[in-house]
Amino acid sequence: MADPLLSVERVSHRFGGLLAVNAASLSAQPSCITALIGPNGAGKTTLFSIISGFLKPDEGRIRFAGEDVTGEPPHRLARRGIARTFQIVQPFVGLSVRENILVGAHLHHRARDAALNVAEQVGREVGLGAMLDRPADSLTVAGRKRLELARALATEPRLLLLDEVLAGLNPSEIRDIVPVIRALCDRGVTIVMIEHVMQAVMSLARQVFVLAEGRMIAAGTPGEVTADPLVVEAYLGHGAAKKLGAAHEH
Amino acid sequence: MTRSGMTKRGATGHGIGRFASIVIVVAVLAAVPLVVHSNVTLNFLVATLLAALAGQGWNILGGYGGQYSFGHAAFFGTGAYVTAILQVRYGVNAWAGFAAGIAGGAVVGAVIGGLSFRSGLRGSYFALVTLAFAEVLRIVASVTPITGAGVGTLVKLDLHARAFQFESRAVFYWVILAMVAVSLVITHLVERSRFGVWLVAVRENEDAARALGVDVIMVKLGAMVLSAAITAAAGCFYVQYFLFIDSGIAYGTWISIEALLTPIIGGVGTVFGPLFGALVVKSLGEGAKLLAGDAPGLDLVVYGIVLVLVIGMAPRGLVGGLTAARRWCGRRWRPASIPAEEAEHG
Repeated sequence: MADPLLSVERVSHRFGGLLAVNAASLSAQPSCITALIGPNGAGKTTLFSIISGFLKPDEGRIRFAGEDVTGEPPHRLARRGIARTFQIVQPFVGLSVRENILVGAHLHHRARDAALNVAEQVGREVGLGAMLDRPADSLTVAGRKRLELARALATEPRLLLLDEVLAGLNPSEIRDIVPVIRALCDRGVTIVMIEHVMQAVMSLARQVFVLAEGRMIAAGTPGEVTADPLVVEAYLGHGAAKKLGAAHEH
Repeated sequence: MTRSGMTKRGATGHGIGRFASIVIVVAVLAAVPLVVHSNVTLNFLVATLLAALAGQGWNILGGYGGQYSFGHAAFFGTGAYVTAILQVRYGVNAWAGFAAGIAGGAVVGAVIGGLSFRSGLRGSYFALVTLAFAEVLRIVASVTPITGAGVGTLVKLDLHARAFQFESRAVFYWVILAMVAVSLVITHLVERSRFGVWLVAVRENEDAARALGVDVIMVKLGAMVLSAAITAAAGCFYVQYFLFIDSGIAYGTWISIEALLTPIIGGVGTVFGPLFGALVVKSLGEGAKLLAGDAPGLDLVVYGIVLVLVIGMAPRGLVGGLTAARRWCGRRWRPASIPAEEAEHG
């Protein structure tokens, strides 16, 4: 396998007495989609916040493109090419869709015209072309998720961290946005996504990591992890794998 | 149009239109002394433009950056004192003193901004800290000998252009108008720059801005320094115009209030907001004084009433309110085929 673009090495983070992430490791291969799944409260978003620099890990290292980037602030990581979206969308509500994307586009384009071009192009790419001049707060949930994606993309990232971009969307909206994500990957953007919509994880991800109670309990292809008894137990409770197995035999 | 003003219009070359409107407004104001010769009126207009200039400074940080300062007196006063003290005590040329005053205000801005932004102060905490800094400076200035302590500092009358003093009020008026014009152009340029886009992003959502690569502290600090420099320029002008400064004037809350009142009334985060707000607020204040005799503090009562009305009825200020009203009219009366965006600008 090629060198991973991102590798998280035994990272821990503590909120007071709560060990939210416990010696978790993860790696993402370039130009492919890696999924991070796990039950609610497993520490997935905390791990994302650590990778994107919003939280400093108490232990462990993060390497990006071969360099140690542990503890760097978010804006510097963004400059290196790590972009994230937020699980709870954070649009700049007072601005239009175009202006929202423009903020990201300015990261690598100082000139206004160049940045506006990038913003427009990215807006079209995620399917917001018709809504560029609407106020951001007039968008639907699906629209806001697209906007979140567009803003992150406008920074021209090498690594894109997607935190539940499909959550809250209906099946037809999910069908619309999945190809957008796949196209990004085909274009060479490395993606790590936190996702609960398993159908999307199965169809998109090449590698899946499973986090439960702060620990990485499994890693492998989508098929491997869903068959892993530890994973089944993490989601459904102790003894669930055994019961399911017994049910299958009957 | 959104509050930031960095809309599609900017994208399609209407920026020149905005620049033209600055030229027109300034040209109209510049013609006033040719028609009006009354010193009372010119005094009033100078005071109005002074408030507008202080407000233009506040608007960069508060309007575009969303960091509401209650202590812009710290910059106004520093500008005023530096200009006065350099001239009176060190015999420095008035123009050089003026430039040093602006730089001094910027330095104070960098210090206050550096301390408060690095400690992560936001919202009302930031407002209170700026107020506290201004008050500390006021108290220090009222006791230290170099500022003239309680007596204040008097600048010697020397009605020559080289001493930055002019016999005619009209010339003073044109000078302050030119300074306001420069601040309008600066605001316009900020609005269309990467710095301005990032500043507005910080106002709207700091975390989202950080995720997009914005160095939030540096952007806020840059806005603070620019904001402080512009408001300090108003202080420098004050000294040259009135030739006197003491701690109550320099660092008093009156100027902090004028600096934030004019943009909030006129329209926060808009290029013309502070100028427009200053014209409205000062006219109402003077009008009330004329009607009710010179009751002390009456203008402050009027300011309070206007502030309550504007915040209640047009939270984006008069410019924001007018834009909304114009768009509403456009939508009602224009044929449906013309989009409201264009009707609004035409």
